[in-house]
Amino acid sequence: MSGHVFHQGHHALHGVTVVLETTGPRTYVGRFDTQDESGVHLLDVAVHDGGDPALSRGEFLRRTLKFGVRAERKHLLVPSGEVSSLVPLSAVDG
Amino acid sequence: MPYDPRLVAPMRDEMVRMGAKELKTVAEVDETLGDPKGTTLVFVNSVCGCAAGNARPALAQALKHTIRPQQIVTVFAGQDLDATARARQYFSDYQPSSPSMALLRDGEVVHFIHRHQIEGQSPQTVAANLTTAFDKFCGATV
Repeated sequence: MSGHVFHQGHHALHGVTVVLETTGPRTYVGRFDTQDESGVHLLDVAVHDGGDPALSRGEFLRRTLKFGVRAERKHLLVPSGEVSSLVPLSAVDG
Repeated sequence: MPYDPRLVAPMRDEMVRMGAKELKTVAEVDETLGDPKGTTLVFVNSVCGCAAGNARPALAQALKHTIRPQQIVTVFAGQDLDATARARQYFSDYQPSSPSMALLRDGEVVHFIHRHQIEGQSPQTVAANLTTAFDKFCGATV
């Protein structure tokens, strides 16, 4: 069963924990599910609001890397026009 | 809803073959993790092919290392729901993800591997992460 893949036929990022930067103040970290005409669908999503004076984006990402994704939203749809960047969390430097 | 037990049986068997003790009930979890002495690796198993499909072979490879935890236990996320929830209480500072691995020494989490550290990595890379932790935390104490 080693290497058995349940996700064949999906987007390359399906099932991967990603950091999605928006064109606005928000940053999302969650499991990429799919992308369609409506936008990017994330699952089990942590949310950072750039307007939060108590927690910088950098600290939010450091905590997430160390302690994991604090899922605040079970499912989130980010419209394509609001996506600024999308990278695997594992590619982010803590 | 849990997957069909027949579907996940090979994934359970893979863990047992490498010497992991399955914890399927809250009582079994407490009996094992409630005694905090020594080093224990808790493997949170998952049906997720892209991550768990690498994590299990990674652990199997790491367990060939000369220095290793005193016991290896596993709970199955999405299958043994109560046991998994209970096990996670023993490393509650860490957000739940599966697969994931917690290395405990005398009841304290000394190393944790999240799902995002497994995704896209080769079993060799994850195994190296584990064996580095084994060397650091599971060797003889002076």
